[in-house]
Amino acid sequence: MGFVTELLIAVFLVISGVFGLVGSYGLIKLKDSVQRLHGPTKATTLGVGGVLIASMIYFFAQNGQLSVHELLITLFLFLTAPITANFIAKTYVARHLRPRDLPDSTSEYGWSVYDDPPETIRDE
Amino acid sequence: MITYALIFAAGCYGLALLMNLWRIVKGPNPADRILALDTMVIDVIALLVLYGIWQGTAIYFEAAMLVAMVGFVSTVAYCRFMLRGDIIE
Repeated sequence: MGFVTELLIAVFLVISGVFGLVGSYGLIKLKDSVQRLHGPTKATTLGVGGVLIASMIYFFAQNGQLSVHELLITLFLFLTAPITANFIAKTYVARHLRPRDLPDSTSEYGWSVYDDPPETIRDE
Repeated sequence: MITYALIFAAGCYGLALLMNLWRIVKGPNPADRILALDTMVIDVIALLVLYGIWQGTAIYFEAAMLVAMVGFVSTVAYCRFMLRGDIIE
């Protein structure tokens, strides 16, 4: 394995470690629960992404063939991270805010956390 | 050089896991605890891939994929339980 390849792998590993640390540090440093949703997104995208890129380069340099199934983990995390964040925000809203604390939903139905789905209202 | 970078990255993720544990213990409401658990799962995925590079085998990618899937399902189940008091209605 050449010097440039090793340097590239080491740089990606260090970047990924720093971003993982920053994500969790944000989780304990930020003050509000909704602010804390920002922190771990860095660990999800850049942290795990850097580790996976480093391992792709490493196994490409070792075996001589590019393996793509590392990208599956990144794809899965990118798909599930917004769903998870949406669920956590809904949990926070449902347990800590009252309907009168929220602004108007600007449609004929209320917020989905508190109100029934529109089909139920139409049936009645 | 790769060895030192691996040790550094594993140390960073270990420290990150401890910070998440602090947020789980302290976290004033359930949303914080769910978020810290989800972040723990992501750090564990990164640690598994790091261990795979350390050992030089590609087996740990399957383990990381499984941890990612189980972590997503468990986070969603915990949020559903907090939201509705039930997981499958």
